Amino acid sequence: MPTQVESDVQTSEDAFRTEVRQFLATNFPDELKGTGNMMAGLDGPTDENPVQKKWREAVGGRGWGTPTWPKEYGGGGLTKGQARIIEHEFAKVGAYNPIGGMGVMMFGPTLLEYGDERQKLEHIPPICRGEIRWCQGYSEPNAGSDLANLQTFAVDKGDHYLINGQKTWTSGGQWADKCFAIVRTDRSDKHKGISFMLIDMDAPGVEVRPITMISGTSPFCETFFTDVKVPKENLVGKEGQGWTIGKRLLQHERTNISGGGRLAGMMGQSLGDIAKKYCETGGDGALVNKVLRDKIADLEIRWNSFLLTARRAVEESKAQGGVSEISSVLKKVGTKLAQDRSELLIEIRGFQGLGWEGDEFGDDELEDVRGWLFGKAATIYGGSTEVQNNIIAKRVLGMLDHQ
Amino acid sequence: MAVLSEEQEMLRNMARDWATKESPVSEFRKVRAAGQPQAYNADAYAAMAEMGWVGIIIPEAHGGSDFGFSSAGLVVEELGKTLTASPLVATTIAASAILLGGSDAQKAKWLPRLASGETVATLAIDEGAHCDPSAIETSVSGGKLTGKKAFVHEAHGASLFVVAAKDGLYLVEKGDGVSLTTRKLTDQRSHADIQFAGAAAEKLEGGGDSLLGDVLDRARVLSAAEMLGMAQAVFDTTLDYLKQRVQFNQVLATFQALQHRMADLFADLTQMRSAVEAGLQAVDSGFGVARAATIAKAEANRVLHAISNQGIQLHGGIGMTDEFNVGFYLKRARVLEASWGSSSYLRDRFARLSGY
Repeated sequence: MPTQVESDVQTSEDAFRTEVRQFLATNFPDELKGTGNMMAGLDGPTDENPVQKKWREAVGGRGWGTPTWPKEYGGGGLTKGQARIIEHEFAKVGAYNPIGGMGVMMFGPTLLEYGDERQKLEHIPPICRGEIRWCQGYSEPNAGSDLANLQTFAVDKGDHYLINGQKTWTSGGQWADKCFAIVRTDRSDKHKGISFMLIDMDAPGVEVRPITMISGTSPFCETFFTDVKVPKENLVGKEGQGWTIGKRLLQHERTNISGGGRLAGMMGQSLGDIAKKYCETGGDGALVNKVLRDKIADLEIRWNSFLLTARRAVEESKAQGGVSEISSVLKKVGTKLAQDRSELLIEIRGFQGLGWEGDEFGDDELEDVRGWLFGKAATIYGGSTEVQNNIIAKRVLGMLDHQ
Repeated sequence: MAVLSEEQEMLRNMARDWATKESPVSEFRKVRAAGQPQAYNADAYAAMAEMGWVGIIIPEAHGGSDFGFSSAGLVVEELGKTLTASPLVATTIAASAILLGGSDAQKAKWLPRLASGETVATLAIDEGAHCDPSAIETSVSGGKLTGKKAFVHEAHGASLFVVAAKDGLYLVEKGDGVSLTTRKLTDQRSHADIQFAGAAAEKLEGGGDSLLGDVLDRARVLSAAEMLGMAQAVFDTTLDYLKQRVQFNQVLATFQALQHRMADLFADLTQMRSAVEAGLQAVDSGFGVARAATIAKAEANRVLHAISNQGIQLHGGIGMTDEFNVGFYLKRARVLEASWGSSSYLRDRFARLSGY
């Protein structure tokens, strides 16, 4: 027999599920079924059509794209249980969450924690409505893995700061409305001299240049700041608190990069099935090239373990009510396996798997080549594999600092 | 570590406590020094049976607790950490064969005896130096089984064998027509070739065509649980050592080259644990067992192989000495890696199961 409390929860969950279904029936247009979330993508501008816009406004208006964020700032004000119901019900009818991007994944949660009341009221609601695109001003030419070495400087000019310097690897910088950045306000202390500021990308003195990558695409930019005025109210937290706030934001970033679901999506078709199309098979349907077959099996076994590990991390986090120590290995393992897979795909396809352009190549073949190249970034960004190893050794294994 | 029920947590803690206090690696040293081919302490095994560990997968009606493979795996993992020598894994796997393929009478006769520790049982499947269930020549005629089995685990302590013949699995009791030749392997545990010459045999009629494969999958996941405990123990011991050993006026744990190697091994160990726990859970749920068991044992092989080698390397010269335990894990690791499917065998099986 369920207790009274349990049955009350059950009743209210059922009622909420009904509400979500009714909302979907009324607002979700069939023509968007199974399509993706353009706003959350980093590699293209938002070209919303009116139908997509209407769907975004419907979800954003209720705060359901950010269901657990507080209602007073435009979020849904819902419980985690209700958020899961939204996720399930949306997935069931092939509806995407139109609210996404860095504002949702990284900046919003950080501002909710560290921002003042006025900042939250100004910046969170447009994120919940999917109206503003944020980009990340972190890395600099001489501050990659050693991020705290950043030199972009903000001079105190009384009612505003004057910013000069350069950021790089600004994802989606060419399409962003605003930038959350860590900048130096004090040269005498490496970590305590950093502050967290919000910069308008339209402000005079901001210049964005897309960087062409080895994959031929330009998802990242160089961003130059020349005498850019930033009002004082755009400082988040206190001066010198930027490293603490900035690191907190990186935790949100890592959780998103290593999210099992996203990586699982990258590993669509079984490599064995693909190989059977490109390579000779025997009478029993097995690949004739036993060495290649062995390599494929080895990779797929390890990939399966990774998916099991990602699932275990989620289960343990739920049970323990905190981040499981397993999550520290997810980024490192997942990105490496994805790269190994791309390399093996080339071996399977031969020259046909190295096409740059041309109708003689299939779309999947061309996409996989670009994916192989762009995938090299995965073990570099979001804390390189080497940085991840430092973190595991120090924080999980308790090995001493090497510096 | 999988999320455990309260009962499982108690069981795990009890096993950890017992293994640490009553069965540290020094107990295995005593077993080795005694030089008996049986290679385990009968009193210790009786205590394990007394605590209900042999009956974990056996139904309550037959004297067990019916907690399933995930629970059995918790105990086996703890015993693996201290290299406890016992026929627990062998007997549990044999019990699973009787559970899957035995008649009511066979279950009623044997399962209570296995659960109580009175009878030790083991699988006798392979006839050569490799796992190859497709190459079985042993045959049965008029209830008499004839054939040769190679490298049978825990053969000396066992009085009941689950034997693979061309047409299925049979129960054979130690006695007339059963002769053992001891094979001393590097792990210094009990192994023997067995000659069956017209030994009285009773078929396990149930379980269908997949019985042998199903039993081997159970052997794979339970061995993988033992290997998980071993890998964890070597990793922990090595990490402790790196935090103590000083060279160049620096604790070894401060060297980044070693930190990154340990981070890699930690990631491998995490992957292994996920695969092994999922294999045990698959047996309990009955869903996707062949695939999950193959992944579990393949990952156990890969990771324990790497960790047992690095355990020696990172201990340096003392890791090479008999005085240190790390070498014992290396030797037992290779025997378990070869059991029920080497890495290449398992990758081949995975490819076959996946249709390529």
